[in-house]
Amino acid sequence: MPAPTLPSENAAASAVSPSGYAIEFDNVSIAFDEKVVLDSISFQLPHGETKALFGVAGSGKSTLLKLAIGLMRPDSGRIFVLGEEVTRMSEQELFELRRRVGIVFQESALFDSMPVYENVAFRLMEEGIPGEEIERRVREVLRFVELERTYDMFPSELSGGMRRRVAIARAIITEPEVLLYDSPTGGLDPVTSNTIVELIVKQRDVYKTSALMVTHRLQDAFTMATHQFDKATNQMIPLPKGQHCEVPMSFLILRDGKVIFDGDAHKLVTSRDDYIREYIS
Amino acid sequence: MAFELELISPFEVAKDVALAVQEYTLLSLQSLANFFRRPLYMGDMVQQADLIGVGSLPIVILTGLSVGALLALNSASTLQRFGGVTLIGQLVSLGMVTELGPLITGLMVAGRNASGMASELGSMIVTEQIDAMRALGTDPTKKLVTPRVGATAFMLFFLTIIADLLGLIGGYGVAHLLFGLDTQQYWTSVWQILVFRDVFTGLIKPVLFGFIIATVGCYYGISTRGGTQGVGRSTTQAVVASSVLILIVDFFVTKLIFAIFGYR
Repeated sequence: MPAPTLPSENAAASAVSPSGYAIEFDNVSIAFDEKVVLDSISFQLPHGETKALFGVAGSGKSTLLKLAIGLMRPDSGRIFVLGEEVTRMSEQELFELRRRVGIVFQESALFDSMPVYENVAFRLMEEGIPGEEIERRVREVLRFVELERTYDMFPSELSGGMRRRVAIARAIITEPEVLLYDSPTGGLDPVTSNTIVELIVKQRDVYKTSALMVTHRLQDAFTMATHQFDKATNQMIPLPKGQHCEVPMSFLILRDGKVIFDGDAHKLVTSRDDYIREYIS
Repeated sequence: MAFELELISPFEVAKDVALAVQEYTLLSLQSLANFFRRPLYMGDMVQQADLIGVGSLPIVILTGLSVGALLALNSASTLQRFGGVTLIGQLVSLGMVTELGPLITGLMVAGRNASGMASELGSMIVTEQIDAMRALGTDPTKKLVTPRVGATAFMLFFLTIIADLLGLIGGYGVAHLLFGLDTQQYWTSVWQILVFRDVFTGLIKPVLFGFIIATVGCYYGISTRGGTQGVGRSTTQAVVASSVLILIVDFFVTKLIFAIFGYR
């Protein structure tokens, strides 16, 4: 299914941060009620790359995203986002940084008392952008996620897949340099999942946005690793065999609070680790 | 089915209470400091003022009238024994303006709005809407708490004036219709007994009570844990805590004003 275009395709270019990565975790640990959820996690997300995070339920994937955006504080370790050390920033400083980062929550987290228009426009309204400009950009981004007709509807009137796409629209309207997706296709039918995967691939290939994506669906991540977005046809197309490693896509697997795999699709399918082989089988 | 009784250390309880007091104090101070930081969210404040003020009007009218009438009725039976029915106006006036008007209005608004705030913000917490707001670069304290604090304190001031007035009208109804008190005599005594200190006491209290209602309601909403059951718990706790706090603060404010201005 071809995805509509966003007219302003200028944003992508992520500024190179002093740390050289869009996101960097350095020995990060966090525990809840003495249960260690993340134990000395270290990894890097290069600019323009999308990294899919896997792990069994409760392995700390969503916690990791919340740590990245400063919604939670780690017990130890350092986290850098766009060159800024999130772990040393005050909440006020974080508000500024978060304007450069978009996040799609697991359950969409749309403001249920606001219509779709206000949900998507929330950040623009906060920035005091003129109403006409806001309306143009909201319509544009809703067209991008193919939901322009939902403009005046409330979140409760939308299906799960539509809510997820509105959440993506809300996250990308300010053209952020980094996107964090928390199970964007969780609980959705294959057709809707594919539409969302296509949107994520488009963000990656057209806008070069760096992204961390938590998912349980291995097939979605493999689709992303084996496809690229074709601007000419305006749709996602499969890559020829042998070129799968040419897309900026990587995988990270968590187990018992530790990173047990961090690498590309080829490295993943050729892994000899029993747990990983069982996981991807 | 066997029940296991879990014993909780008193130190843990004390620690939790101290932490809650600290968090509540910080939230309250932050909500006040936000009045001096941009943006001020005037639109949200007006919307909340409408919800809290206009929405609470029927209940305030009803309680104001009832309390004034009851005060007159109960005091009249005692005053009659001493031939002092003419003093009903003074008693209703003093009682309503200095004490019952602000207190009853505060308790009514606490029951209606502290619970509303706690459940609204609590639902936003459990559905990650507050996290989403923070992630979108907006301070939830500034966007959600400060407008509610401002609107409640502002509207409670006027709601109390309305309750006072209706209480006096209720008292007049009883005094005139049941005890045959002359209209002019009643209203003259109502007016003459009041001094600056009484009016000041009656108008400073609703501002403080409004602050308590909004900050307690928002605190319990924002600290909600444990899904929909947690929202229900927060709602109940918000009403109980704000009502108790209003009663305690009422006592100390009255005492403080007596200390400053002296007894009558």
